[in-house]
Amino acid sequence: MTRYIIARLLQMLITLFIISLIVFFMVRLKGDPITVMVPPTFSEEQIEALRRAWGFDRPLLEQYFTFLRKALVGDFGNSVQFRTPAMELVVDRLKWTYLLAATSGLIGIVIALPLGIISALRRNSGVDLFSTWLATLGTAMPSFWLGLMFMLFFSVQLRILPAIGADEPRSLIMPAMTLGVGMAARLSRLTRSSMLEVLGQDYIRTALSKGLESRIVVVRHALRNALIPVVTAFGLQMGWLLGGAVVVESVFAWPGLGRLMIEAISIRDITVVQAGLFWFALTFMFINLCVDILYTIIDPRIRYS
Amino acid sequence: MNPSDQQRQVEASPLLEASRLRSSSRATRLRSALLRSPVGIVGLLIVGMVLLFAIAGPLITPHVPDEPNLRARFKPPGYSDAKGTYLLGTDQLGRDILSRVIVGSRVSVLVGVIAVVISGTIGVLLGVISAYVGGWTDVIIMRVADALLGIPFIILAIAISGAVGPGLVTLIALLGFTGWETYARITRGEVLVVRALDFVTAARVVGQRSWLVVLRHIVPNVLSSAIVLAALQVGTTILAESSLSFLGLGVQPPFVTWGLMLADGRQYIGSAWWMSTFPGIAITITVLGVVFLGDWLRDTLDPRLRGK
Repeated sequence: MTRYIIARLLQMLITLFIISLIVFFMVRLKGDPITVMVPPTFSEEQIEALRRAWGFDRPLLEQYFTFLRKALVGDFGNSVQFRTPAMELVVDRLKWTYLLAATSGLIGIVIALPLGIISALRRNSGVDLFSTWLATLGTAMPSFWLGLMFMLFFSVQLRILPAIGADEPRSLIMPAMTLGVGMAARLSRLTRSSMLEVLGQDYIRTALSKGLESRIVVVRHALRNALIPVVTAFGLQMGWLLGGAVVVESVFAWPGLGRLMIEAISIRDITVVQAGLFWFALTFMFINLCVDILYTIIDPRIRYS
Repeated sequence: MNPSDQQRQVEASPLLEASRLRSSSRATRLRSALLRSPVGIVGLLIVGMVLLFAIAGPLITPHVPDEPNLRARFKPPGYSDAKGTYLLGTDQLGRDILSRVIVGSRVSVLVGVIAVVISGTIGVLLGVISAYVGGWTDVIIMRVADALLGIPFIILAIAISGAVGPGLVTLIALLGFTGWETYARITRGEVLVVRALDFVTAARVVGQRSWLVVLRHIVPNVLSSAIVLAALQVGTTILAESSLSFLGLGVQPPFVTWGLMLADGRQYIGSAWWMSTFPGIAITITVLGVVFLGDWLRDTLDPRLRGK
């Protein structure tokens, strides 16, 4: 187990290295990075001064190592707009994105698990049919559009939920439902199919034939084993959830990291975008590591070597 | 025709006949499989309709898609004036929503198809190289793929598009060059299996050059998984394109896209529900069609992929 975690951490280092390359080069894809970082209103002298201040006149390799050294301690430079460290701005908004993502993930699981289990136990029933449609529609629908439709219904028509912002606890409902439904769609089918697979196993028949109540068999024997692929899928879908959060935050003007990045892009505040991208990648990597470790807890058969 | 040609033709004809038979039986099989699958038919119909919209475009729209009509701003669905009926209503400049939805299919189809072709080609190529060359090449390619899978894709696209500046070409390049990892993984796995099979060994033993072995014996056998994946990936790509365009980081006006229409719709959501409703329905139906068709293709071409 320790060896596995060490190997995983090494792998994460490689990923981090490649992410650092992407973050470093993304502002240099068009040549001079200063042109993407500065508003067009700046004068030639101001630009020249900034170029020297940021070290863009140095050799590329030197620039990269300077960037890497600073990035390792979380220093991505100052925000051009707010003149405060970009990382501070990012960290300040993180809690909102985490709150949204965690709530949506939870909603997704709360909908998907029962739906998937019931669909597996009662194949071709009404519930099964409903969950098939939810899954198909939920994955084909753009999440931001579902958000707009919620907004139309709950804010414009019924006037019971605030359309934008995060001023009150109720503000969380619509953004979280939007992403939660998408998450449920992605997980419910998988829960169903992995449940069906487990229900066909010999040990389930054994458990039933020795006279155990079917409810106990389902919960204690089947569900626990069916959960393994669901946990994997949940980890994989975290990428979708985080990406979706960025878009949905923009729909509902939710003050999270995604919204910050979009705002930063519109005013060319690229250091903030770099810091934001870095944090998102870090979060995603960390969640995937947790998911992998979680396996060994649910399924003692898995021994990483 | 000289005698030797004639002779060659005679010799070749049973083979030709056989291959014709084989291809016609494959076509028949696909067709009969399609007839047995109503979902496949629905998918085919939807995709066909979207393609028709994309190709015919302005020729079949009831109004000129980007012609403003300031007397008919924010008109609800069904509104008529001297210029005709606006079946799905009009937007903030009085442009016909239905016409714009029809023309908007162009960007979705264009981006979806080109980006998937790019990422599919890169992915299959890298997957084959990775599995066939092995060693450090394999390690490097797979680690880069892991790293790319380690960043939520849409966030990477947002960041890069923000740094480079948005546009149609940027968008296609972004979606094309960042979407190859899954193809590479699947192809690599399949090549590793196929290259150990007897017919590949046989080809190598009789002295065929290794690139010929790859091209003739390996690639054709691993391609169907990639094709199935590509079909399903078109839907994901269309969704990504609409998200980026919605955020203002994808295709820019004067191009008409469903994502941009929804961005307008969000602004006027309190007064004109139709602006934010219909483009989203168009996206959903299109993606559904692609997914239906992809599912059917998967069940027919590559049943092993089922459930993945």
